[in-house]
Amino acid sequence: MTATPVIAVTDAVKRFGGVVALDHVSLAVHAGEVLALLGDNGAGKSTLIKCLAGVHRLDAGTIELDGVSVRIDSPATAQALGIETVYQDLALFDNLDPAANFYAGREIAGPAWLPRWLRLLRPGEMRTATNAVLDDLRVSLPSAGVTVGLMSGGQRQAVAVARAAAFASRIVILDEPTAALGARESRSVLDLIVRLRDQGKAVIVISHALDHVIEVANRAVVMRRGRVVGEEVPTRENQPRIVSLIVGGEA
Amino acid sequence: MGSDGSEHRAPRRHRLLESGLVFLRVGPAIGLLILIVILAQLSPAFATTRNIGNLLAQSAVICVLAIGQLLVIVTRGIDLSVGSTLALGTVTGALAVTAGLPTPIVILVMLVTGAAVGAVNGIFYVYGRLPHPFIITLATLSVARGLALWLSDGQPIQGMPDQIRVIGGEILLGWLPVSTIVVAAIALGALLLTTRMVWGRWIYAVGGNPEAALRIGIPVGATLVSVYVLSGLMAGVGALLTAGRTGAGAPTFGSLAELDAIAAVIIGGASFLGGRGHVGNAIVGALMIGVIRNGMNLLNVDSFFQPMVIGVVIVLAVEADVIRNRLEQRFRLMQALS
Repeated sequence: MTATPVIAVTDAVKRFGGVVALDHVSLAVHAGEVLALLGDNGAGKSTLIKCLAGVHRLDAGTIELDGVSVRIDSPATAQALGIETVYQDLALFDNLDPAANFYAGREIAGPAWLPRWLRLLRPGEMRTATNAVLDDLRVSLPSAGVTVGLMSGGQRQAVAVARAAAFASRIVILDEPTAALGARESRSVLDLIVRLRDQGKAVIVISHALDHVIEVANRAVVMRRGRVVGEEVPTRENQPRIVSLIVGGEA
Repeated sequence: MGSDGSEHRAPRRHRLLESGLVFLRVGPAIGLLILIVILAQLSPAFATTRNIGNLLAQSAVICVLAIGQLLVIVTRGIDLSVGSTLALGTVTGALAVTAGLPTPIVILVMLVTGAAVGAVNGIFYVYGRLPHPFIITLATLSVARGLALWLSDGQPIQGMPDQIRVIGGEILLGWLPVSTIVVAAIALGALLLTTRMVWGRWIYAVGGNPEAALRIGIPVGATLVSVYVLSGLMAGVGALLTAGRTGAGAPTFGSLAELDAIAAVIIGGASFLGGRGHVGNAIVGALMIGVIRNGMNLLNVDSFFQPMVIGVVIVLAVEADVIRNRLEQRFRLMQALS
């Protein structure tokens, strides 16, 4: 990999009181790549992605985006830098349709001389743009104006991922995207992740489902007790080794 | 054959469910229409222009209060103070008249009184970090009523300028109250707010998922305060209409009006869980209450029965909400399987 990574984390340290949640963690993700972040509960995966998403701040270490060092000190900064995160709770508005969900908090509206809250929405523009993203990712939903609350778990996950993809110029971070889904809906979300990768996005996926990781991820980074303990190309053959890295037993 | 059959069956059941949900959305309007048809059959006096004018005039204040209450309920809140606020608005307005202030200022005083009480509700709820707006609006219900009694010395204050009497009491063409025109204008404004403005979108987003709204960068606190200010402002409009209709300000006006407003919103199918409710349906709910009262009066039914009937309608509305939740559950399941 000679190209500059989209994101490179070097020697990241995060402490919560006396607990070291991240202990000199380094990793890099390239465009068009899916990186799986593996590890048991408490390994530091969530802390790491929350630092990238601007929820937590690093105590030490650097983050470079496309080779440029940045400080990510709030969720808004992360979003402005092109990093979008889909948490397990999805942060969807069940009472709104997909287009309104896509643009919640960043509505397309005018005229520009009015204060933002008084501007009039441009629902047509928002719907067209939303449908274009959904079509691109081949997400199929019930009829257009239906609220997200009427959708299945998989469809909701797809809307949340597509929303992240639409606004992420650099990286999409997915926290357990298939955890709450049945086999068929997991299938379509995995297909969606592959399409994100094929569009040239860098994707970081946290998952406990090794089968799914093997299917979609190019690399798997394993964390244990706040450290990166190994990196593997996730394949069926490597599966036992990955498992032993996760649980910390001797291979 | 078997697979063909199931493929055809799924979309049809899907459509059936979808139309069921649409039906529930327009249900309150259909209910109101049926009620009007029945009353028109039972009482020859019901469908007369004169009675329609009366009915609209009687319903104007509930309509206005229901619009404000709807915005609050959409954000998962409640505003118990609007009846007392209305009374306070009529009293401050009447005092402004007594002080010899010009009519536009008197109107402004009533509206500002309402908005100010709303601002107190919103600011204490949001920045006082109260767990629920029930308590603070219960407190202002009490304070505003007490203030109205104190300022008026417990007595009605007679005398409103002609323009205000026209706004609250005049009926044009024998059936169109000026107050109805005021209600219609406000309803249009509320429709613009809720369906077309960024502000309104934020109100629904905050009602749908406050945590996500905060994370996504919507000004949740300001949005919440704004709905209480609007609800208070609607109480101010209610004060204007009431003072205009009666030609007076009185500390006893609007007692229990908050319960009518809440009932209207619920009958109109809004969800107490927040995020869901429509201006049109809130007005339908308010008209339903007005029609029931008016119709029962015309039929000479003992007036003690009116609250009971309205209670039954509230239960029906809540049951419709339960059915809707069931249908939505089925709809989601079907999405997962199809």
